[in-house]
Amino acid sequence: MLAFTWSELAQQVVDGIRDGGIYALLALALVIIYRSTRVINFAQGEMATFTTFVAWSLMNQWAHLSFWEAFPLVLVIAFAGGVGIERLLVRWVEDAPLLTVVILTLGLALLLNGLTSVIWGGAEKQFQGPFSTQTVDIAGAQISEQDIGIVAVAVGLVVVLALFFRFTKLGLAMRAAAVNRQSSRLVGVRVGWMLALGWGFAAVLGAVAGMLIAPIVFLDPNMMQTVLLYAFAAAVLGGLDSPVGAVVGGIILGLTITLVGRYVPYVDSTLKLPVALLLIIVVLLFRPAGLFGRVSVRRV
Amino acid sequence: MALLEVDSVTKRFGGIHALNAVSFSVEAGDVVGLIGPNGAGKTTAFNVITRLSPPDGGDVRFAGDSLLTTGASGVVRRGIARTFQNVELFRGLTVRENVQVGAHARAGRRTADELLSYVGVGPFAHRRPSALPFGTQKRVELARALASAPQLLLLDEPAGGLNAEEVQELAAFIRCIRADFELTILLVEHHMGLVMGLADRVSVLDLGRKIADGTPAEVQSNAAVIAAYLGTAA
Amino acid sequence: MKAKLLLEALSFALLVVAVVFLPHHVSDFHSRELATVGMYFIALVGLGILTGYSGQISLGHGAFMAIGGYTTAILEVNHGVRDIWTIPIAGLVAGAAGLLVGIPALRLSGPYLALVTLGIAIAFPQLPKKYGHFTGGTTGEILNLPKAPFGLHTTPNHWLYYLTWAIALMLLVCAWVLLRTKPGRTWQAVRDSETAAAASGIGVPAYKTLAFGISAFYAGIAGSLFAIATSFVNPDTYPIVLSIFLVVGLAVGGASSLAGLLAGAAFVYYLDNHADAVARWADHLPFVSVNPQQSGIPSVAFGAVLILVVLLLPTGVGGLLHRLLRPLTSRLYSRS
Repeated sequence: MLAFTWSELAQQVVDGIRDGGIYALLALALVIIYRSTRVINFAQGEMATFTTFVAWSLMNQWAHLSFWEAFPLVLVIAFAGGVGIERLLVRWVEDAPLLTVVILTLGLALLLNGLTSVIWGGAEKQFQGPFSTQTVDIAGAQISEQDIGIVAVAVGLVVVLALFFRFTKLGLAMRAAAVNRQSSRLVGVRVGWMLALGWGFAAVLGAVAGMLIAPIVFLDPNMMQTVLLYAFAAAVLGGLDSPVGAVVGGIILGLTITLVGRYVPYVDSTLKLPVALLLIIVVLLFRPAGLFGRVSVRRV
Repeated sequence: MALLEVDSVTKRFGGIHALNAVSFSVEAGDVVGLIGPNGAGKTTAFNVITRLSPPDGGDVRFAGDSLLTTGASGVVRRGIARTFQNVELFRGLTVRENVQVGAHARAGRRTADELLSYVGVGPFAHRRPSALPFGTQKRVELARALASAPQLLLLDEPAGGLNAEEVQELAAFIRCIRADFELTILLVEHHMGLVMGLADRVSVLDLGRKIADGTPAEVQSNAAVIAAYLGTAA
Repeated sequence: MKAKLLLEALSFALLVVAVVFLPHHVSDFHSRELATVGMYFIALVGLGILTGYSGQISLGHGAFMAIGGYTTAILEVNHGVRDIWTIPIAGLVAGAAGLLVGIPALRLSGPYLALVTLGIAIAFPQLPKKYGHFTGGTTGEILNLPKAPFGLHTTPNHWLYYLTWAIALMLLVCAWVLLRTKPGRTWQAVRDSETAAAASGIGVPAYKTLAFGISAFYAGIAGSLFAIATSFVNPDTYPIVLSIFLVVGLAVGGASSLAGLLAGAAFVYYLDNHADAVARWADHLPFVSVNPQQSGIPSVAFGAVLILVVLLLPTGVGGLLHRLLRPLTSRLYSRS
């Protein structure tokens, strides 16, 4: 173990928060889908990867758009894709037993992962993100625009989402559709389309996550596989139905993994994933609602 | 000593008292009705007795011994069986297999097939419950409960979903099984005719408290009971 | 009921005959392929007990296969134990791990259990790397080639085939006996209604945990045979995607149908190993131009199949068989 210095600690904290921001971005997508449709979407990572590759193609292959030119296009495509998946596939298993839905999202994950490989090949690609990676020295730590940008976007999205769900009519309708479909239908909510919207929003969030993460982890078809587990850990920690929880959970997770990985002698990089898994298990066993989620009591 | 003693049981859900120091007892060989308006706590009482739901206070004694020392799956072994309001049969098993499961922990002299023909569902032995009409499913559930040769049988709204003729058959049927199986029966029921015609004693719950206790005639003329069901005159 | 029994006995007899005589009619290599199908089948039978009968999802059973495989590797390499004797031990070690997982699993319902077991599938392959001194780390361990005992004159592949299928058939019979008698009914009762099961006197936690243990035992044995077959074990022998393959086999075969699971095992094996054939077939489709060597084809195929099965055939091949044969068995029943 290397000697301890304050500036190194500062760097670890910066890295931990930035990694946490990465997990938070994907966790937000997971939370939005869960909150709007009560589905745990195992395909979220692959959906994000696919749309990020589309962005890459718009920027390097089919056209030569800049990041900000491609950005809105990708969001639209992602939204359409999410809505399409819900309306064409997921709607048929809305009321099916759990195993069926799980297998469907798994199948979707496999399909998208394979398609990504087939269309773009398995080789790693460089992805030009929107933020500069030039660093500034603060208290001994190197912080880049990208580090701040990721966390800022995550926080910003949470604020937007919170405002949306809380204060808009559409947000209310979506929340109602998720919690009680029958009653929502009775008051005129088009439940099917609310669920589709949920998937659309989640796809958009996933696309944003992918486009911000790709510059760091490099773009390849399996990019999101491990990030997905961390994102689930963050979402579970924060509460599966809480966007705020996703970000707070993500940051706590990022800090914990980075600091434990650096300062606890036994834990090295190979144990990062198992630690994340352990966290999921512990939270689900002892505090299933997470930090900010709501526990629902079922009437027997 | 009564066969079943519910002793000052309290059960809270959050801030709501589903049961508030409720006490009543069931004598061996009796049919006892537990009635009350919706939300009175009747099914909660059942769930506490069968240990599906732990009470926040009080005790439940069966044949003198506290039931609180057993878990949900031990209740059957002590001799208490129940049916459910919404008929909880095992969808993936046949009717016959459903009844066989009833004898999992404790079995009586009668075989599954004998029980099936006793309740009149013999021909359906190899069918799945979901293919059968509701009334028939209720009979299957009853056979499953009887398979453990219980001393005390808890029936949760047995008349629910039955028409007038079926209710008559049910009343006669309950009298039969009480005799043939030497049972004590506690039933939760909304159907006044069934309860008053069948029960030896009736306990009335309202908003988590017991408000009356006695023979059907006594309870029917009790002012508090009438008020609970019909409201007081303006 | 008797008709169903007869049909099952007949099918089993046919299976035994097929198992005994097939290797004489196919190439040595094909015998090895069939052996691998047998290994998938063993793992799937275990998983069928867990998911199809006791109603608990596991997306991480590849981890139990890995435990079995590594147990065999460690015993053989570090302790010189003969390969066949390591198999039951591997099963027991994996089974113990399954019981351990089963306990916290009791507190996790449906989607959360799926999440945690998927997490196990993703995180577990890291562990052999961490504990390298024990497991050979990333480079792994090399085992002896499978060799027939008593100097029997069979090729390694034939030996592997008979070993695997003898075990598979034994384990199949055990599973069949379990599932057709009280334990099988009990698991199904737990699956269908835990409340009513408890009210009928079933110790629900014990049965659920037991199902995890048994399914892990089966997976461990399959994993052990994998190790013996490849004569080599490293983290890539049991990748994340293995757990997903098992789920695909379960879905395609039908979680509670033993016959269906055999089809599921064959399906998974052949799709994974003959992806190029699938790609060439796909190339014939209009608008599609596919390079058979392209990686990602198996994933596309598996993903598409999973989705189609879920939408069109949710009860899998087993469910289909059941529907086709029901008129036959009920007609026989009414006559007897």
